[in-house]
Formats: sequence, C-alpha cells, structure tokens
Amino acid sequence: MKIAVVQFPGSNCDQDCLRALTDGVHFQAEYVWHKQTSLYGFDAVVLPGGFSYGDYLRCGAIARFSPITRTVVRSAKEGMPVIGICNGFQILCEAGLLPGALIRNQSLRFVCKSVWLRVETGETPFTAQLKGQRILKMPIAHGEGAYFADKASLDALESQSQIVFRYTDEWGNATPEANPNGSMHNIAGVCNEARNVVGMMPHPDRAWDRQLGSEDGKLVFGSLAKALEPVISR
Amino acid sequence: MVTEITQKLVHSHGLTDQEYERIKAILGRQPNFTELGVFSVMWSEHCSYKNTRLELKKLPTTGPRVLVKAGEENAGVIDIGDGWAAAFKMESHNHPSAIEPFQGAATGVGGIIRDIFTMGARPVFLLDSLRFGPIEGATSTAKNNRRLFSEVVAGISHYGNCIGIPTIGGEVYFDESFEGNPLVNVFCLGILRHEQITRGAAKGIGNPVFYVGSETGRDGLAGAAFASRDLTEELRQDRPAVQVGDPFKGKLLLEACLEVLASGCVAGIQDMGAAGLTCSICETASRGGTGVEIDLALVPQRESGMTPYEILLSESQERMLIIVERGREATLKEIFDKWDLPYACVGEVTEDGMMRVLSHGCVEVEIPAYKLSNDAPIYEREAVAESPAPEFRIEDIPSADLHESLIRLLGCPTIASKNWVYRQYDHTVRAGTVVPPGSDAGVFYVREADKYLAATTDCNGLYCKLNPREGARVAVAEAARNLVCSGAEPLAVTDNLNFGNPYHPNNFWQLRESVEGLAEACLRFGVPVVSGNVSLYNQNPNGAIDPTPTVGMVGIIGQERWITRQSFRDVSDVIYLIGPVGHELGGSQYLKIIHGRKEFLPPQLSYELELGVQAVLLALIRQGLVKSAHDCSEGGFGVALAECCISGARTIGACVDFGNWSDRLDQILFNESQSRVIISALPEDTTAIEAMCAATEIQCGRVGEVGGSDLIISSKRETLRWDVAELYQAWYAAIERVMSSQ
Repeated sequence: MKIAVVQFPGSNCDQDCLRALTDGVHFQAEYVWHKQTSLYGFDAVVLPGGFSYGDYLRCGAIARFSPITRTVVRSAKEGMPVIGICNGFQILCEAGLLPGALIRNQSLRFVCKSVWLRVETGETPFTAQLKGQRILKMPIAHGEGAYFADKASLDALESQSQIVFRYTDEWGNATPEANPNGSMHNIAGVCNEARNVVGMMPHPDRAWDRQLGSEDGKLVFGSLAKALEPVISR
Repeated sequence: MVTEITQKLVHSHGLTDQEYERIKAILGRQPNFTELGVFSVMWSEHCSYKNTRLELKKLPTTGPRVLVKAGEENAGVIDIGDGWAAAFKMESHNHPSAIEPFQGAATGVGGIIRDIFTMGARPVFLLDSLRFGPIEGATSTAKNNRRLFSEVVAGISHYGNCIGIPTIGGEVYFDESFEGNPLVNVFCLGILRHEQITRGAAKGIGNPVFYVGSETGRDGLAGAAFASRDLTEELRQDRPAVQVGDPFKGKLLLEACLEVLASGCVAGIQDMGAAGLTCSICETASRGGTGVEIDLALVPQRESGMTPYEILLSESQERMLIIVERGREATLKEIFDKWDLPYACVGEVTEDGMMRVLSHGCVEVEIPAYKLSNDAPIYEREAVAESPAPEFRIEDIPSADLHESLIRLLGCPTIASKNWVYRQYDHTVRAGTVVPPGSDAGVFYVREADKYLAATTDCNGLYCKLNPREGARVAVAEAARNLVCSGAEPLAVTDNLNFGNPYHPNNFWQLRESVEGLAEACLRFGVPVVSGNVSLYNQNPNGAIDPTPTVGMVGIIGQERWITRQSFRDVSDVIYLIGPVGHELGGSQYLKIIHGRKEFLPPQLSYELELGVQAVLLALIRQGLVKSAHDCSEGGFGVALAECCISGARTIGACVDFGNWSDRLDQILFNESQSRVIISALPEDTTAIEAMCAATEIQCGRVGEVGGSDLIISSKRETLRWDVAELYQAWYAAIERVMSSQ
C-alpha cells in the first residue's frame, strides 16, 4: 500500500503529512508534485494543508486547475480514497469533489487552537476504525474554515450521513461554544456520496505523537489500512 | 543627465560633510548620484552600525558551542550536538510597522526567515517580541494603538502562517513610551547539519552571480536609510519606503534555495534585505575578498523605466543573490524552473575587489567593496547619564485593596493572557510544538535532529528606563530563568537593541549602559551573543521609547521527561518558592498599574543568587522532582501564583501561607525581586527536594498546597480569597474585551 502526498506550490503541511503517514502509522508514502499527472502505483491520496498558490484569490481556487488535481478528480471518481486536510479540504470543495464551501471564519481572524471532534460516521476509508461517535482531539489552524452549504445540500449531508466530523466540547456535545469558526451544523469534515472522498479542517497530521498532545490523528490515517485491506490482499 | 552633487543632496541622503569627504577619499574622486545613494544606505546606522559598533564590541561572542560568530554572517550558528546546529537571530521592523503596520510586520517576518535559510538552515520556529502604546480607553490615541496592535499581529500571522513556520512564543508589552513607535522584533531559528553551514561570500573568480526570486520594483526604496532617522510626521508620509511582503513567494524561495543549497552548486548566498541589491553585492564581495560585477539591465524588473539608483536601492522582498560554482548553472536553473521562480545571471565574481555595477554596459557604480562595507565612519557619541531613580520606600505608597489589585493586574494587557495574539499565529504547523505559547518558554521538538529546543524573548523596558544597566542584566537573567523553568540549559543569545536617537546624549547613555549590562550578564551566565540587530531613532513627539534591549535566548532540553510547564497539575501537590520572598517594588507593575507610578529603582540582580536558583531548579527538574515551575516576573509572586492556577488546561486552586512574614502583604505579593521560581511537587518528594536545597545556600520555602477552586493567600494580618474562575476570566479574556471595544 502506498499513499500519495500532493505538493502544490504553497503547501506547508506536506512534510507533516508524510511524517504522520510514515513515522506515525508506518505506511509507505511519497510526494507527488503538482505538475505531475499520474497517480499510478498509489492506493490513496492526501491533499495537505497550506496556502496553495498563495490563496490570494480564494482558497483552493487555483489549485483546482493544477494538472495533478485533474488526476485526483478522475481517481476519486474511480473510487480511490482521497483526504483533503485544511487547504486540501478547500481544494476538494473547489474541485467539486465535495459539496459546500469554506468561508472566512466568523471572527474574521485566523484561529489556531486545539479542538474536540465527534466522529459521525465510521463508513469512510478514514474513519473505518472509529465506530460509535468517538471523540477526537486535534489542532485547527485556518482563516477560512467556516463550512457553508445551502439548505438542500445540508439536508442531504445530514440524511445521507455525509457529515464525518463535528466540532463538539470535550464530552461530545455540538454546542455553539464548541464551534471555533462559525461552521454550519458544527461541521468539521464531510464526505462525498460515494464516501471515498473526505475533507476535514482539523489536522490529524499534527496529532500523531504523544508529545504533541494527541495521537488521535493516527486513527484517521490508520483507518486506511482497514479500508484498503481488499486492495492489499488483491 | 548628470545630477550635480550638492551639499543639500548629500545631507538629504543622511550623510554629513565629513562622511562625504571620506567617500571622496575612498573613491579618489566625486561620487555620482547613484554612488551617493549606495554610500548613504551602506553607511546608514542600519547597515554600518556606525554609532553602536564600539559598544557592540563589548558583547561576549565566543564559546565552545559557537560555530558562526555574531557579525560574521547573516545569523549566528551554534552547535546543538550530534552534528546538528541551530542558526538564529532576531531583527526589528519598528519604523515600517509604525507607518504601515500590517506590511511592516509581515516583511519583518519574511526578512528574518531569509536571514536564517541563507545560512543553509531550515527555519523551524519564530518568536515575536512586541511593544505598543496603551490599548485601553476611548481616546483616539488608544484607538490608534489598538489599530497598530491588531494590524501588526495580523501581519505576522499573514506571513508566518502562510510560509508554514510556527510562532511558538514571544511577549507583548504596553506602555505610553511606545505610542506611535511600536516595536516589532521577530526571532527565527533554523536547523542544519554542521557541514551545511553556508557563507555569504563571493568566492571563486569567474563564478556567475545569479539573482533569484521576485522581480525588483520601486517598493522600500532606501528603507535602511529610512530606518536610520527619527520617526517624524514628514517621515510618516514616506510610505513607499515600506516594503510589501508576499509569503507565497517567500515559501517558494525558501524551498528552492534549500534545494539549491543541498545540490552543492552554491559557492555563496546572500539575501537581499536592508539596502537590497546594493548590500548583497558589496557584502558578498567584501566577505569573499573579491569583487563583483553585475549589469542592472539583466535584473528582473517589475516596472519599466527604473533608474540604476532605484534598482540598486529597492528593498523589494523575496529576493536572493546566489553565487554558483562555474559549470553548475544548469542545476540552479532546473531547480528554479521547477519552482516557477524568476532568476537571471546578472554578473560574475571578479578579482579586482570592486563593486562594479553596469547599466546596459555603461559603468554606473565603481566602489572598492571592502571599503564600502567596512570603512564606514565609527563614532563614539556623547553620553550623559540621567539622574538615578530614587530608592523605593514602602511608606511612599498606601496599601491598595489587594483582592481587587490582583484582579486588575491579571487583567492589564501587559500581564493578561496573550491568547488573543497567539491564536492568530499558526503555532502547530511542522508538528513539533511541545510547549505552545503561554508558558515561560516555548519548547519545540526538532524531529530530524531528535532535539528539544526551548526559546524565549525577554525585556522589561520599564526597568531599563529606570536603570538601563540593571534592566539589561535582568533581561538576560529572566530569559535564562524562563528557559530553566522549562527544563532547558541556556546556550546562547541574540539581542535586539531598541533605543532612541543616539545623538541625544541621554539616549546614547542608555544604550551604552544597557549594552554593558547585557555584556556582563551574558558573560556571567555563559551565554555568548551570536547575532543581533540595532534599531535606533525610536522616538515619538514625547521623546524616546523606554530603552528596550530585547534578549532572545535558546536552550536545550536533554531528555523529554525534563520538559516542565508552568501550571499546577494535581490536588495536594506541595508549593515551594525557590529563592527569597523579596521586597523590591520599584518599577513594578503594581506601582504602575495600581498606583500610577512609573518610578523608583528597579529590582537588583545578584548573580550568585540567580545562578544558584537556576542550578538548583535544573537539578531538581532532572531528578524528576518538579511537576511545574514558573518564574516570578511582572506582578511578582501574586501574579505568578495566580498564573500557575489558571494557565493550564483546567484551572485549579491553591492555598498559600505567609504567616511568618511581617512585611506588608502588598509588598510580599507584588514585589518584583529577581531570582524567584514557584514550583509544585508530589508530597512524597518533599524530603528529597528540601535535602537538595539544603545542600545549597538557596532558600526553598514550602509555602502552600495545590487544590480546591479558590486561591487563598494568608499572612499574619489578613486572609485573601479569590475564586479561580473569576481570576481566569479577568486574565484570559482581557485583551479580547479591550480589542472588541470601540
């Protein structure tokens, strides 16, 4: 099993993601440069956080036109597990792989802090190990992380269990106080209808070592092992 | 068109008649207009240190760990063991931030990051030391201070977050003296292998000289000269002297340069910071003992019609000069093509020692590089001592309501939690921040080197105003104490000397006293100064800023289990005060905030006591006997104790008894005597702790116990009680409340 970590110009969590995958959960992982067009030999893709192309226009708006993004879209449609973290989530929304959009935080300021998340579904490749509404702890660090979608999309996300993570308090209550950025329905992560593409604002790539205050990120990446079992045994 | 060099023109370039004579002697002729501009920036205080060089020589710069000394290169480098090294430096961007706070602060971050990767190091974390005028109140001055504060924080956040380097600590002070002239001092540390240390020298005659990074524009024209003058109203109109930062380009340049350096094709590298292209050409040539010849027509330009003067003096950001080993040009081109960054071969290294700049083949500038770089005049300015501050006597002030005083102190912006600030900084990127902002020192795990580094910045400008020598000594002592509290052994220092106009004899006296204080303390603590920066002319219409010799200090923590945080952890833990109870209230926040008096002699440092306290604390930590450690600084024991209760993940109460002391309780609680640390420990470890302290001369008073939801402090005369939830509210949300007021 081999995981691709895409490097856009301006990605700044690419090294963290690679370390989390290799040192954290002992997968094989390699960088894929944004000018490449092939994901041959890879079993899953991580779009890391950062400020792709500077994000001066709108987060992820330019990265969606990157050569590698077209390949990611095609592979996702063929069922390859894809996770976008922070800026990666923004890119997946811009590329149309995930519904909704991420807009400016309600505070209008960048926010970096540790948050609690409730896992809302175990039925994605990145939560397969996480049944029963587990509570996870990991950092967020973003200026544009408020999840926004129209009512019809939100209804669909709720009814089809496409909400993967919600911001909660330590005890799992999705309160307004626990919502760090004004996301609708306290949404911290969603998946597509086919459930193989997940986007999340919090950083599992910064929560895989006890010294960092949490190892919960390993559960997210580690879930891939279970999800890809059929691939590995193939 | 030839511009005539008049006396007026010379003066408008910030050069004196004597300096102009010196220039003519170096050249053996009159300079032309472009050359005059080149001399003016290279001989500005910012680049030449002409008024401070003699003072800076007093600082200790050597030590067994020093690999690159202060002043040799863009940043100092120290050995951190196992073949790994740390490059670090602090630099100010005060003047630009006063005029255009967002871009001023952002480019300050960009500039110091470039200084670090120029050394071949990967930047791994940042700290920020900031000073502003008071932000509380509805006056237009307070509103303006809030705007400056808010924009500076946003600018730092903009650049640091985007480039992906965590900001893991720093400090913010508020005082009237910084009104209209905020201080923005940014610290950056990078990691490298010993063999990766790169030099900013133009080596190898005939080697090609490449310009890489952003195109040159008209922004930041002569910024170094701009930073070397008083901040007057007229100067405030000089917005073009403020550069504009592009952190995205900065990130690409960082990655591309590290890749080029790793390829082995680089003979020398220099960033274009202050004085831009001019400084990078003349410094590389001067360090290499060579000359450099370039043609400006080859320099990538953002706008058309720029004159040689403008191209040479522009301080456009995100640019570097790279001297490539001849024959290896293709390697550089391939890497910069990959990163889609502009580059151009603009000239070559020559053997005649001249900085020669052509424009379309015509010679525009021809100056001996070494002399331009090293023969700036050196001045010893007149120093006149201020009359010493009077000694404090407790009878001078009435005792205030102590219950209310603690709450007010915790809520004053200088002491209050800085979460409003550091939540806007990405402090978790690079997945190495072990102790985040909000503790005595930030601790970062450098994964590639398997090393724990601690870092802090400190300076109490109020102490320095009241006694610059003592204030500087205390800044070093406190930085070292903060590191020791985190479990670290202090290694080395970078300093940022922020003062007023050096032509005012009082200001120059403050500078000299401070530098001598720093020098003496660094020597005593065994921490060499490996890099630094001087920022003079920090003035507002009311006079100079409080002298602020900011100390950035780096330490190393040998083992993970030694990492110590400041907050109390568990019920029934025993609280000790290591060091004396103290009595000095001069220069304290209690006097300033509660009594409105910014006066009296500040606390005096005793080296023996301070070194003794730090040694015993480090020994206790290494024995695994310390559960938390927090030093007493602004607000004294009272504030430090409250912070131990409220700065952790959960608040927790404490009960402390000073029944054996007869001093007034306000003096016990809020004096700012140095060399004091509050620790907590398991009850079963008390015998071991007391035995270890008894073996030294250091006082170690068992003063109380952790637990409950109240903070209780009693003395012979009274018992005070606070709900820790109330203290937390006063402290945690204070800055947020102030900043949301109109």
